Amino acid sequence: MSGEPLLAIDGLRVEFGPADAPLAAVKGVGLEVGAGEIVGLIGESGSGKSLTCRSVMRLIHPPGRIAAGSIAFEGRDVLAMSAKELRDFRAHEAGMIYQDPFSSLNPVFRVGEQIVETLRSNLGMGKDEARKHAVELLDGVGIPDPERRALSYPHELSGGMRQRVMIALATASRPRLLLADEPTTALDVTTQAQILALLQRLRAERGMAVLIVSHDFGVIAQVCDRVAVMYGGHVVETAPIGTIYEQAEHPYTRALMESVPELESAGKRVRRPGIPGSPPELTEDLEGCVFAPRCAYARPSCKDVSMALEPVAPDHRTACPVRPFARTAATTGAPA
Amino acid sequence: MLSYVLHRMALSVVVLFGLLVATFFIIHLVPGDPVTIVLAGHGTPQAIAETRHELWLDRPLLEQFWLYLSHTLQGQFGTAFTLNASVGELIGQRVAPSAIMIGYGILWALVIGVPLAVIAALRPNGIVDNAIRLGTTFTFAMASFWLGLMLALLLGLELHIFPVSGYETGLSGILKTMTLPALTLGLGLAAVVVRTLRSSLLEVLSSEYIDAARSRGLSEVRVVGKHAMRNALMNTITILSVNVGFLIGGTFVLEQVFQIPGVGSLLLQGVQKRDYQLVQALALLSGTAVVLAGLAADILQAWLDPRVRLARR
Amino acid sequence: MSTVEAFTTPEPAELAVPRRRRMSGLRGQPLPVKIGGAILALMALLALLAPVIAPYGQNELDFNNLLSGPSLTHFFGTDESGRDIFSRTLYALRVDLAIVVFVTYIPLPIGVLVGAIAGYFGGWVDAVISRVTDVMIAFPFFVLVIAVIAIVGPGVKGMLIGVPIAAWALYARLARSEMLVLREQQFMLATTALGYSRRRAIFRHAVPNLLRSALIYSTIDMVVNLLLLASLAYLGLGAQPPNAELGSIINEGQSSLLSAWWVATLPGLVIVLFGIAAGLVGDGLSDGRRR
Repeated sequence: MSGEPLLAIDGLRVEFGPADAPLAAVKGVGLEVGAGEIVGLIGESGSGKSLTCRSVMRLIHPPGRIAAGSIAFEGRDVLAMSAKELRDFRAHEAGMIYQDPFSSLNPVFRVGEQIVETLRSNLGMGKDEARKHAVELLDGVGIPDPERRALSYPHELSGGMRQRVMIALATASRPRLLLADEPTTALDVTTQAQILALLQRLRAERGMAVLIVSHDFGVIAQVCDRVAVMYGGHVVETAPIGTIYEQAEHPYTRALMESVPELESAGKRVRRPGIPGSPPELTEDLEGCVFAPRCAYARPSCKDVSMALEPVAPDHRTACPVRPFARTAATTGAPA
Repeated sequence: MLSYVLHRMALSVVVLFGLLVATFFIIHLVPGDPVTIVLAGHGTPQAIAETRHELWLDRPLLEQFWLYLSHTLQGQFGTAFTLNASVGELIGQRVAPSAIMIGYGILWALVIGVPLAVIAALRPNGIVDNAIRLGTTFTFAMASFWLGLMLALLLGLELHIFPVSGYETGLSGILKTMTLPALTLGLGLAAVVVRTLRSSLLEVLSSEYIDAARSRGLSEVRVVGKHAMRNALMNTITILSVNVGFLIGGTFVLEQVFQIPGVGSLLLQGVQKRDYQLVQALALLSGTAVVLAGLAADILQAWLDPRVRLARR
Repeated sequence: MSTVEAFTTPEPAELAVPRRRRMSGLRGQPLPVKIGGAILALMALLALLAPVIAPYGQNELDFNNLLSGPSLTHFFGTDESGRDIFSRTLYALRVDLAIVVFVTYIPLPIGVLVGAIAGYFGGWVDAVISRVTDVMIAFPFFVLVIAVIAIVGPGVKGMLIGVPIAAWALYARLARSEMLVLREQQFMLATTALGYSRRRAIFRHAVPNLLRSALIYSTIDMVVNLLLLASLAYLGLGAQPPNAELGSIINEGQSSLLSAWWVATLPGLVIVLFGIAAGLVGDGLSDGRRR
């Protein structure tokens, strides 16, 4: 990854509740997506990953609010944009797809109509041109018989097709960044694979970057170039996918990897280690490392950890200063 | 769509028939014989017997019902024996002002209610929202005739903007004489509209498709005005159709307040003079209006929301 | 939870609610309910004690104070015959509140029962009952009551007969749709598993829950009935003179509206006060349910 990142989030903090006693669901997150990259944001429920994703579009609903941090898209500060600039940004630069394709499509309008509306409103197309283009878009996301399908209502389509429609809608004006908030969680595994393949194709054809949020490592593993791992409102590690698999540095990442069942273990009695304990509540404001209470490698010094990401290799950063898995010169005999 | 419409129409016909039955039996089973009571002081026993014969009151109940049914379906509503005129004609002359008042009243209700509901829903629990909701509670508690009198006092007698009685035809005449009554009617209904539309909007605005529309860069006007409203109106239409009955009642009362020669004053005359043919016909008419309004509302909803067409009631 | 567990552990709070303990007591209610309830109670008390506390008789004429405005001697002023409006209002409130209570709370249990039966049994029982309620609801209330009065004659009798004929249908519909939901809940399924007779299931277990929403709705219903009653009285179809009703007082004040606004306005404000108080109680109770 070279040059300026397409999307750079730094120190993002999303809070709820009264201003003098706020609860922070996202506690200072830093994340980057380069042009044409597919980055995965993985974490369990409550880790703050969805909120991070929505913050990029500034779609945080009251009583939540973005309390601190910066979100830069091609160098421009999204959080400082005026209403009009924000609308342009949403219309042309970034798109978003959601977890439940049923509730993210307006149930009372035909699918084709909704695409036409976006095309006319954002790209200024005339009615006939927009209609033709809408059918092309539907075709482009792999919907069979697109002319007929355009006349359908959302409830007449299957989950997979709805998600394709969503993708068509979100990418209609060829944004450079697509935000995908758990796009496959509501789909069965086969459809999941199809949708992910579609996203990869769009990236290949258009150079579109994607930020995929998921709690399913299988999804992340299928398509992502790089991964950011979130826990308790913080990003605890970022690295390319291969590195995460083989050389994860953060104890949480390792634990996450180990708790994912592998196909090879089917039939064998392998005990999957779960992670003891449970994630921190929103109300807890812990000192030091948020994962320490559940960490097998915790030390007293973890109470002073700042959760800042430190590089351990080019393009590999972790928030764990303990680095229990690090290969030092002493253990491998190779230069550190 | 078509099968849904037909299904609803069939149901309506059943209800209409039930209405016919109900109007008849309520009138005839309630204690008291209208003719005898009204004519008691003024007619010879022979005249009474004759009138009773004319009105079929001397026949068995079921036969009376059959006659009533067959005549009504042919459009003959009988004779108002106290006024000596055909009921059908009387109603025909007076329907227009009442219908205008209802229509104009609904218009006012929407003009006042919809914007207020939207404003309230966009900033829930704020000062404006609470003020609007307080206003609806007040308005809802007001008797329509009292509100009419207050408006008449303020806008009519004190400020001389509108006349407080009488009825004129023609567009300017209607605007002049019907605005106060329609406004009164509309304010009462607006209270209901604001409440239901506001809560529908709040529910809809927290839906994901609204966020999805915003994330496509669509303007706020379009998101709220088109995407949100279309979904929120469902509920409001249902509530409005349920309230048609009260609208009709309100119209009848307001005709007295503002001296409008509509169907309501006809009904009142019928009641005062114990003319049951008249009352029966008007009751049937009102009930039919309510049923038809309900049917229209159902069809409108099915047209707006395709999912409704799938539901079987 | 396995089916066995589901059937053997019904929620004690909802199963077999003894009739007394329906609401959680006066203390536990939210503020609007208390305020509204207090206002209503006060109005009821004043109305009840009207003959005792009214400063003047209902039709007592004070020739020195014809058409005079509100003052310390005549709180609501006087009409053109010199009658004290405040006293008339009190007497009228007495009549009206009594009718309203009768006309609201007599149809309530009947309607709830019919609706409960319709919802519980379903099938043709439900179909028949639903058609009947549809027809009754299709009637504009107002017109129906007027039609009854046309036969029975003006006066309190007409209202007392006319309103209940249609009012039960509203409660029936409400109870029916609630019952449809309630029927599927675990504690109701438990009654079947435990072998309770259907009658016991309906009466002892479902109905207390249904009554709660019916009672919340009845606060609105009371307001609507009072407005209806006032409208009828305004039209001259209510209690006949010399007995006063709120609507008839307002009617009498119409001719002198510009010169003596108090005759028509103040009794109407009393109605508004009632409506707001009842609304507070209703809103407060329904908010309390939606925990």
